[in-house]
Parts: sequence; C-alpha cells; structure tokens
Amino acid sequence: MATKRTERVDIRSSEDVVRVRQQVRVLAVEAGLSLVDQTKIVTAASELARNTIDYGGGGEAMLEVLEDGRRRGVRLTFADQGPGIADIEQALRDGFTSGGGLGLGLGGARRLANEFSIESTVGVGTKVSITRWKA
Amino acid sequence: MDRIPILKMGRALLVTIQVDMHDRLATALEEDLTTKIVAVGAKGVLIDISALEIVDSFIGRMLDNIAAVSRILDAETVVVGMRPAVAITLVELGLSLSGVKTALNVERGMALIARRLEAEQEAEDGDEED
Amino acid sequence: MAGAAEIIARLIDQHQSAILAEWLSLQKEAGALSTGRIREAELEVQSREFLGLLREGMIKGGVDAGHAAHEKVRERLSEISRSRALQGFSPSETATFVFSLKQPLFNALNRDAGHDAKLMAAVIWAITLFLDELGLLTMEVFQKSREEVIVRQQREIAELSTPVVKLWDGVLALPVIGTLDSERTQFVMENLLQTIVDTGAEIAIIDITGVPTVDTLTAQHLLKTVQAARLMGADCIISGIRPQIAQTMVHLGVELNVVSKATLADAFAIALRRTGRTVSRLKGAEAEAAKKEAAVARGE
Repeated sequence: MATKRTERVDIRSSEDVVRVRQQVRVLAVEAGLSLVDQTKIVTAASELARNTIDYGGGGEAMLEVLEDGRRRGVRLTFADQGPGIADIEQALRDGFTSGGGLGLGLGGARRLANEFSIESTVGVGTKVSITRWKA
Repeated sequence: MDRIPILKMGRALLVTIQVDMHDRLATALEEDLTTKIVAVGAKGVLIDISALEIVDSFIGRMLDNIAAVSRILDAETVVVGMRPAVAITLVELGLSLSGVKTALNVERGMALIARRLEAEQEAEDGDEED
Repeated sequence: MAGAAEIIARLIDQHQSAILAEWLSLQKEAGALSTGRIREAELEVQSREFLGLLREGMIKGGVDAGHAAHEKVRERLSEISRSRALQGFSPSETATFVFSLKQPLFNALNRDAGHDAKLMAAVIWAITLFLDELGLLTMEVFQKSREEVIVRQQREIAELSTPVVKLWDGVLALPVIGTLDSERTQFVMENLLQTIVDTGAEIAIIDITGVPTVDTLTAQHLLKTVQAARLMGADCIISGIRPQIAQTMVHLGVELNVVSKATLADAFAIALRRTGRTVSRLKGAEAEAAKKEAAVARGE
C-alpha cells in the first residue's frame, strides 16, 4: 500500500476545523470518491477535528491519499496530547445527548468510515485514524 | 467580523447559510435571530441550507438550538434545501434533528409557516366567537 | 561475450521481419483473428510496436521484466489486455499474444550462428522467464478489467430494476424488485433523494411488493432511506408489505416508524389526500364526452 499524498494540518482553533474540511475534500476528490462518500469523510473529519480541540486541547491532523493495488482511499489521523480517554467503549457508544461525554464525534466518525482505529492513554493523548475507500 | 444577514419576509425571517461556518459565526447567528424574532414578532424562521455541502454535529446542534429558542418565542423553525448527500450522511451519523421541521425549499417552507399562521388565526377567531 | 539481453535485442534488430511474420502466423493459428474482433492490420501494428518496445527495454534494462526500463512494455501490454478483455476475448486468447512470441524468438536464436550451448540455454531461459512474467501480467489485467465490467453491469441492473416513477405532481413511487443489499440500497437511496429534489416531490411511496424477504439489514436500509427523505422535507409511505414480512419484522423487533399500507393504490390515495387532492367522478356533459372518447379508443 502506498501513500500518494500527505498533508498535515495543525488544529488549534475553529478556523482550523474549516481548513481540515477543505483539505479533506480536496484529497477525497483526488482519491475519486463519489459525492456521497466525499461528504461522509469530510463530515467525519469535521467531527474528529472538533474533538481534537474540544477534548484534546488541540493537536494535529495527518491527511493521506492511499493507493492499495488498484483502489484509492483517504486516511485521516487525528492526534493530540490531551487527557486521553479512560473508557473507549463508552466513548464510542455515547449518543448525541449533550452535557459531558464525547458526544457523537467518535461513534459517528466510525460509522461514516470503512476503517477505524483508536489509541488513547490517560494522561498522554489520543490518536484516531479513519479510512474511506473508493467504492 | 461578518455576520450572516437575516431577511424579513412577511411574518417570517429568512436566513441563507452560504459559508463554511466557524463557531463564532454560528453563535452570532443564534444571538441575532433571537433578538430579531422578538423585535419583529416573527412567527417563523426559515433557514436555507441548500448551499451547505457539509452539516456536522456542530451545525446540527446550532439548528436544534435555534429551533428550541424560536419555539419558546412562539416562532416555528423550518430548515430547507438539505442536499441528498448531506441527508444520507446525517442519517449515518445518527443526527435526527427531531426538533426541527424541514421542507424541500424556501417556497414550501414559507407555505408551511403560512399554514400554521392560518390555523392559529382560525383558532383565535373561534375563541372570539365564543 | 554479450549478455542475454544484448543478444535478444540484437536478434530482434536483425531478424525483425522473420520474427514478426512467424509471431503473427502463430497468433492467427491460435485463432486471434477468427473471432473477428480484431483485424489483421491492427494485430500487425500492435505486434510490431510491442516488439519495438521490448527491444528498447532489453537494451536499457536487461532481462528483468519488472525493471523500470520495461515500464512501457508493461503499460502497452496492460492496454492491450484491457481492451481485449472489454471486447470479450477469453483470457487464453489474450495471453496467447505474449506466449506465442517465444517460438519465433527461439527460432531466430537458432538461425543465429555462433553461440555455444551454454549461452543459448541461458538466452532461452531468459526469454522464457521474461515472457512468462508478462503473460501473467496480461492475466491479471484481464481479470481486473472483467471485474470492472461486472461492477458496471451490476450498477446498470440496479438502475433498471429500481426506476423512480412520478405518479402525480409531488408524488413519487419507487417500486423495488428483488433483494436490497447494501450497495444497491445506497444507489436506490441516492437516486430517490435526487429525484425528490429534481421533481420537488412531497411524498415518496416505496413499494416493496417485489421484495421477497426483509431481514434486519434490509429493514434498516429502508428506514435510513425514509429518514433521509424526511430530513430533506419529503415524507415516505411504504406499501406492499406482505403478511409474512410483517410477521418477520415483528419477530426481529424491527420498528418501521413510517406509515405503511398494504397496496400501492392505498398509498397513492393517501398521498393524494395529503397533497390536498381528491379524485371525483365526472358528471353531466363531461361524463358523456369521456364515454365517447373511451368508445372511440376501443374502436367502436
């Protein structure tokens, strides 16, 4: 599997969330994703970018266009050095109910992607990665 | 900082969202709408999102908030023009926007609000006759 | 002493017309032209150009088919395989293009005097390995191209079997035939939603009379479609739920939070009413005129 293109975006403010969305859109188009799939991955990116700010205290996004044999895809990795997530299962299950909890960001992002992975250590930080392949 | 313009159309307020909104803009919109609903005695709020390619949970919450506040102020909120790709994504995301009424376009949205006004008017007339 | 690559390049150089002629004749023998899908002149051009590229590659990159110098050879071969696959050639017919080149090259080597047995064996082996690898490449490209055709056909079938029909102003019907798998549902959903936008529909009737079974997944897909349509401001009615399906859904604990009617006709009646319309009988002169029209149509 090869990485055809990599972009890094610092995520510190809400303007950066907009920038992440725009960049992911560009990459999704390059990977040849359909309009609906583009929308899904950009929306997922928006959720994760927000999480990085709201719960991670800021961080970085690594955006990649992948090529695996003949299929292309987009992989996004959001990393922060925030407080980390104590109970990942719980975080994934949380609904949109407001007030505490990680909202729908993680669970929603997972549903919108083909592949999802998360590493988090309390007191160290969190790294979330999602991939969407061209159908 | 730019603020999103709010137009008055009859007894309704029309907001057209065309930019990729960041947080401050969204908060400003909520504030402006609340103020204006009261100022003009609006009975309806029409939010046109036909230009939005993405609606994430943040925008979703904003719409829910606007609908909730409007309801308290006796105005009905209708979100119009959602794109198919956005609708599909929201369903997958799990965002139901249950507190928000939706319509295909501004015309239908206005019709919806007008119907509600008619119904209210009839009810009032009915009360007067008693 | 020249290496295998140089010898092969020189063979092609000096014996080109003989090699080409033999190669073409072997291809024809194998039936390359019998199907009528490719003409002789075209085949000759393809073969000659390929031979030229092969020779260049040999000079620059030696006998390793994977070498960068042979990229043009691999590309050209992929193009040829792909076009053959799309034209309907069989995998063997396509691979023959490469494999039938062995004999002519061996023959040319034989005619070329002045090589010791060891060197000749080495060259033959090099040619064999090289063309075998290219032959495998044609198979792979062929396979992938066929898969593309299948995917495209699946999509066409999906399109044909789920047309969105306008029943009246603002009322659409989506008669679904067959099972609803994930990919098909995705397609059906997008198509329906786009049609809602394009026609300004207020109500979409999803008729599932033609759906044999509804499992949890299918029910979820249906539900998602309804939810998406609602978000856009259109409402859905589901019709054609057969008794068995209703039972299955209850047993599976599936809740279809949408109005459902037994028949498309019932659903249509509701849709009309919801959009503020009714159907009424013609009276008086209009009724007479209509009766006359019907009689004329019947040929009376």
